[in-house]
Amino acid sequence: MTEAATRVAVESRTAISLVDGDIHIQPANRLDFGRYMTAHWRRHLETFGGRGPGGASYPRANKYAARSDSYPPNGKPPGSDLDFLRHQLLDTWNIDIGVLNPLLGAGGQRNLEFGAALATAINEWQFAEWLDPEPRLRGSVVVEYEDGELAAEEIHRVGDDPRLVHVLLSIRTAEPMGRRKYWPMYEAAVAHDLPVGVHFGGSGGSPITGTGFPSFYIEDHAGMPTVFQSQVISLVCEGVFERFPDLKIVLIEGGFGWLPSLMWRLDEAYGRLREEVPALRRLPSEYIREHFWITTQPMEEPPRVTQLERLLDQLNMNDRLMFATDYPHWDFDAPDHAIPGRLPADLKAAIRAENAVRLYGLRPAEA
Amino acid sequence: MIDCDVHNSVPSLPALYPYLSEHWVEYCRQSAFGGPADSAYPAHAPTSVGPLWRGAKPAPGTSAGAVVEQLLDPLGVELAILNCVYAVESIHNPDTAAAMSAAVNDWQIAEWLDADHRFRASVVVPSAQPEMAAREIERAAADRRFVQVLLPVRSAMPYGNRHYHPIFEAAERHGLAVGLHFGGAPGNPPTGAGWPSYYLEEYAGMAQIFQTQILSMISEGLFDRFPDLRIACIEGGFTWLPSLLWRIDKEWKGLRRDVPWVREEPSHYVHKHMRFTTRPLDAPPDPGGLADVIDDIGAEGMLLFATDYPHWHFDRIEDAIPAALPERLRAGILRDNARVFYGL
Amino acid sequence: MPRHVVARVDELPPGARTIVEIAGRSIGVFNIKGEFFALRNRCPHQGGPLCTGRLSGFLMGTTPGEYNYSRPGEILRCPWHGWEFDVRTGQSWFDPAKTRVRSYPVEVVAGSQLVAEAAEAPPAAGLLPGPYTAETYPASVENEYVIVELST
Repeated sequence: MTEAATRVAVESRTAISLVDGDIHIQPANRLDFGRYMTAHWRRHLETFGGRGPGGASYPRANKYAARSDSYPPNGKPPGSDLDFLRHQLLDTWNIDIGVLNPLLGAGGQRNLEFGAALATAINEWQFAEWLDPEPRLRGSVVVEYEDGELAAEEIHRVGDDPRLVHVLLSIRTAEPMGRRKYWPMYEAAVAHDLPVGVHFGGSGGSPITGTGFPSFYIEDHAGMPTVFQSQVISLVCEGVFERFPDLKIVLIEGGFGWLPSLMWRLDEAYGRLREEVPALRRLPSEYIREHFWITTQPMEEPPRVTQLERLLDQLNMNDRLMFATDYPHWDFDAPDHAIPGRLPADLKAAIRAENAVRLYGLRPAEA
Repeated sequence: MIDCDVHNSVPSLPALYPYLSEHWVEYCRQSAFGGPADSAYPAHAPTSVGPLWRGAKPAPGTSAGAVVEQLLDPLGVELAILNCVYAVESIHNPDTAAAMSAAVNDWQIAEWLDADHRFRASVVVPSAQPEMAAREIERAAADRRFVQVLLPVRSAMPYGNRHYHPIFEAAERHGLAVGLHFGGAPGNPPTGAGWPSYYLEEYAGMAQIFQTQILSMISEGLFDRFPDLRIACIEGGFTWLPSLLWRIDKEWKGLRRDVPWVREEPSHYVHKHMRFTTRPLDAPPDPGGLADVIDDIGAEGMLLFATDYPHWHFDRIEDAIPAALPERLRAGILRDNARVFYGL
Repeated sequence: MPRHVVARVDELPPGARTIVEIAGRSIGVFNIKGEFFALRNRCPHQGGPLCTGRLSGFLMGTTPGEYNYSRPGEILRCPWHGWEFDVRTGQSWFDPAKTRVRSYPVEVVAGSQLVAEAAEAPPAAGLLPGPYTAETYPASVENEYVIVELST
């Protein structure tokens, strides 16, 4: 790096000490998206509305899956009011940069053109009502991820806005993410130097687990790491990182405790079955450590902190972990409590901000 | 040493004819039914038969004599628990599934249990029809050399679901453990995001199925309803268990109200009711790491030694017992844990 | 032990609660069926505002499908991760021995007594300024007051 660039990088790093990698916003009323749609799609939104595969109804612990104290005083839904979000989240915790991940169903639409129209509307809504008025916020490129062409189109349309930090998917996709149908989307993301963020949730048409539909919300929620594992395996085994050497994947709200043992298991299996996947030229764990970033929420809570320290050693991805609150959801991680105090200071700083600054090329908010 | 996962395999459909009624033999001969279709172990995939046994005659697992010669004698196995992976759950005709299950069990009695006193076996059941499965358990349980009921880990819905409770009720009543085993062909995709392309993904991804089943059994109160139930997780690995237990314990503290019959920390149920076989090992790369992982499971006596014969995990018979297993745990893993768990 | 007046009894009917600041601590005071309880407004998990959470009954079962419901309104669920605390004791349900929220002794005192105490005793020996101050007592000696005792 040149001296000037180094100075800027150092300044950025010291000016940003806390990045929240996962914030959820929603409109006060879903029909508000109509404002950002053509007349045709506005009417579609009002009449047929969103239509996903259905069948995956697991009432979440609280309405909107939100903390019960996250309703703005004006009675609007959690995460729908910028002023209250500033007050209860950004200001309370001195968050320098917050990343918005609006999971509002664009990707899971059976009507793909409607999904693309909804994605465009969500992105325009992000600009108009969140990113323009609040310099501390960054957003996602929301796309209809089940159609490569439509997804690429949206990425090309808005992907160069510096305030959009990654492409956003929900993790329960229709096919495992490494499959070819998703490659045009990865190509577009890489072309715009955008990581692809994949987030807890969604419903792609399969039962929500690999062995059918469970009964209870705790199985939906605590079972989500299994889908993260399947997706990591898919991305690696399908040779996506050979095809797209610059592709970066951000795993959001999946936890990370499962990743070391997955690397051990996949390396061992690959050692014996490698002839089936000739595109791979390195160990799966090498691809994982090179191409994945992970947000910390929900933080793992083993009985003893020493076990968490050991887990982090086993994981050996200290430069890839990024703090997130998941505000306003109930499984929120508080910035002052979630990261154990006794972790080394430089690791805490890396998790709290530096890793995200580096990945997303963040600069301090211009007030 | 007790080997808790040895595979006997039905060599061909006609091998079962002596154990099927005339009607079913005619059905097998004259219909398009060629036996259950299963993708768990492609016949010539590298992992399906290890180099130690590749090309052996008789073909590995196809007769008692083969297993005695290829495994029990060379390794000095005192007792071997047979797990016959035969995807009856993929047979949609319930009566065919039930008839084939009974035939496999009778074949196991006649050609395995009677052939060598070192064998014990698992009851194969038409698991998609829990009431019929319960009847087969009742029938087979008369022979005490059956020590467990075998269920493929992949199922049409998670096993904790009340739909499956007749199976566990019968197993508990007859003092049989229930073994969840790698494999299964229920028809639904093996991930929550559809069908993966490669066998490698399905093979490695089986761990996620075990994780889902454990979460289901706890959430659905299987162990609250059947307090004497024992579940073995066979050929799914175990090094993922600590992080799973930490996560389920964490979630339960806040989501307990949905499942109010789960009255203890979920990990306590796993410690009390479940055991895990040692192949595949999936150990961390650093030699001391495995001891840490076993420690993180949070209870002693959880592991059961297995070779998973004839699947590929080691190249020499000397390596059948993983070197990374901590010395002080060996006696338990090789023998005592299984003796206690299976009542051997 | 410092005693703080936090509310008038008639302002806190059964089922109601108030959150007050006393000596730099946020404390929730609850009326459960006519009895008063005070808990630190900070969840031992991640420091969330515990006393703003929902009050529920207690749900238990012994077998799947069994829902035994008791003690309506006596279980406080943290607004963040939903941990359940017994309002009466401050103990968490899942780990009553080691995971609990600080609970404080509460008593109900007649206004007339408060006035008498304020008149005869120096402030250090009795009540400390809380949300209610001594000035309000003479106007309402016929009321009763909720007092929370904080150990230092």
